[in-house]
Amino acid sequence: MRVSRRDFLGATGALAVSSSLGSVGAFAQGKDILLGSVLDNSGNLDIYGKPMVMATTMAVEELNAAGGLLGRKIKAIQYDTQSDIALYTKFAQQLARTDKVDVVHGGITSASREAIRQTFKRANTLYFYNVLYEGGVCDRNCVVTGTTPAQAVEPIVEYAMKKWGNKVVILAADYNYGQITAKWLQHYIKERSGTVASTDFFPLDVADFGSTIAKIQQASPNFVVAALVGGAHMAFFRQWAASGMNKKIPLTSTTFGVGNEHLALSPAEGDGIVIAGNYSQEAQTPANQEFLARWKKRFGDTKIVHEIAVSQYQGIYAWAETVKKAGTLEREAMLKAVESGITITGPAGTVSIDPKTHHAALDIHLMEVKNQKLTIINTVKQRPPSDTAQFCDLLKNPNDNKQYEVKI
Amino acid sequence: MDYAAVVILEILYMISFIALVSAGLAVVFGMMRVINLAHGEFVMLGGYTTLACQRAGIDLWFSMLILAPLVVGLVGLIVERLVIRFLYGRMIDTMLATWGLSLLLIGIVTLIFGSSAVNVPTPIPGYQLGAYQMGGYNLFIIGVTVALYIGMWLVLRYTRLGLIARGAMQNADIAASLGYNPRTVYMVTFTIGAALSGFAGGVLAPLTGLLPASGGGYIAQSFIAVITGGAGAVISGTLASSVLFGAISQIVSFASGPVLGDIVMLGLAIVLLRLMPTGISGRFFRNSQ
Repeated sequence: MRVSRRDFLGATGALAVSSSLGSVGAFAQGKDILLGSVLDNSGNLDIYGKPMVMATTMAVEELNAAGGLLGRKIKAIQYDTQSDIALYTKFAQQLARTDKVDVVHGGITSASREAIRQTFKRANTLYFYNVLYEGGVCDRNCVVTGTTPAQAVEPIVEYAMKKWGNKVVILAADYNYGQITAKWLQHYIKERSGTVASTDFFPLDVADFGSTIAKIQQASPNFVVAALVGGAHMAFFRQWAASGMNKKIPLTSTTFGVGNEHLALSPAEGDGIVIAGNYSQEAQTPANQEFLARWKKRFGDTKIVHEIAVSQYQGIYAWAETVKKAGTLEREAMLKAVESGITITGPAGTVSIDPKTHHAALDIHLMEVKNQKLTIINTVKQRPPSDTAQFCDLLKNPNDNKQYEVKI
Repeated sequence: MDYAAVVILEILYMISFIALVSAGLAVVFGMMRVINLAHGEFVMLGGYTTLACQRAGIDLWFSMLILAPLVVGLVGLIVERLVIRFLYGRMIDTMLATWGLSLLLIGIVTLIFGSSAVNVPTPIPGYQLGAYQMGGYNLFIIGVTVALYIGMWLVLRYTRLGLIARGAMQNADIAASLGYNPRTVYMVTFTIGAALSGFAGGVLAPLTGLLPASGGGYIAQSFIAVITGGAGAVISGTLASSVLFGAISQIVSFASGPVLGDIVMLGLAIVLLRLMPTGISGRFFRNSQ
């Protein structure tokens, strides 16, 4: 039997569709509301994607159990992009043109977001990106509920420079996330009259950091910031600890913990790494405890819950709030609702969408890894995405469609 | 001065790393001309075997040095019996089959261990070299690699087994006419190659951390080293190309960054293969193992 590439992709694509099996109550007549997602549920990035897929399923089930939206049931159409950028483009087309979904929540790496964002803009499909990223996306069709550098990178720089001194080495992943985040790091460090001893970029498959660690020692900075991404880059944290550097030069990271890296390192290796973000499982708020209890009931293991799974969950709830406020699934009305200001309370605290930038003000924790846990040092409530706000005003320029970067 | 020592140690480590992950492939490809695209997964399996044994409370050294090669060797034996032996001489088919095998192994490991990164503790602490803090485990890897290659050389050069293996590789028909079944020799060779890959995986596990997909990271480097080294001489060729690539990529990494290090290594491989199509060993060590 000959199997063409198209048949093969069609068949696997069909398999990848998983519909939500939420409890079906008495719903009013009408078509299901379609919520699309494109996430890496397998492959190299599934450490990020799997919990996000579970969070999507859970949020949709909960919304349906509470009566759905506008009296209609929500159906999730989730495609597994298998950590392959080409599949993002393909499934984004499918969601927008064939499935004609009402909203899309998806994309993990910044590369994947940029691969699909314009597709949804052209197709007039509302798009939510629920992952921490390098900031600056100014696009009326796109709502971002993850953190930006002003929220999760500046607090690290502020804390670390005060505590350890002003000479810094930056290590970053070699794609748009790392490149732009490194620029913001340099900006925040220079703003506080610090010096950047060196900035190095690493392709995602680099797993040997011996020369890097030696070079860092030669530069002898007061602390190191790592914006490294993915499984191979985990090796840096291990080799850093194996050479005993974790006792000598303090280490901070803009990404550590997002893929539950703190669980993969032993306490001796991970302790002391400073990070900042929107979510820690240790947060003793009722909203978080109840969320984890529901997760445990639905999926069993709560260990895998990480920041971007929670962001995805909160993104879906922010969208649900938008629909309730708009009273319709018409895109323009939903955007108007977003621009009237949407606020929800999620497991990680209050999420309020800023009408000007379509980014969210979030509660930000400064955290330290202690005994495989993200221990909270301090919390700033409702930190705004001020980096993106410097450039972006969608109320004034609704046709803006650009990703802004800081000039250094 | 200290810095020079650090650079030299890192270069030695890189050479050892390449030589270590290439050893299994060198035996399988160099001696049998079987392109084993599941080589990286054999290395990965060695790492997971070490992890599983260590979690089960077995001594870490015993797990990585003895159990990892034994288990992966056994997997290699099963694979050879079930798949590879039907495909000798059919290079493209072997590539397809072993590629499928690599996906299968990734799938199985993901099912058992999950897809999150896991780690094996590093058993040797760091040490101080002048003003620099260095990974002590790197020294162990250098030592292990040297011991492994000396061992391989002794076996091939001085034992009856090595002689039969070399004979069967050079001319299978003549070996057969002298009463040695080349099929058996191939089976043993493939098993040993798999065991060597498992050994490399076990020894490297504490340094890199483990993911089911981490085998992919080894395969490019080891293929480049083995092919540039030349298929004719398992030990000298692989060693020569490991020294060359390890030194150059690490020197460039120190001078600029790891991106350029990789580019220079790949560029050099292309140039070398253009100048010496039979590999380094084909050009310089025609009569060695």
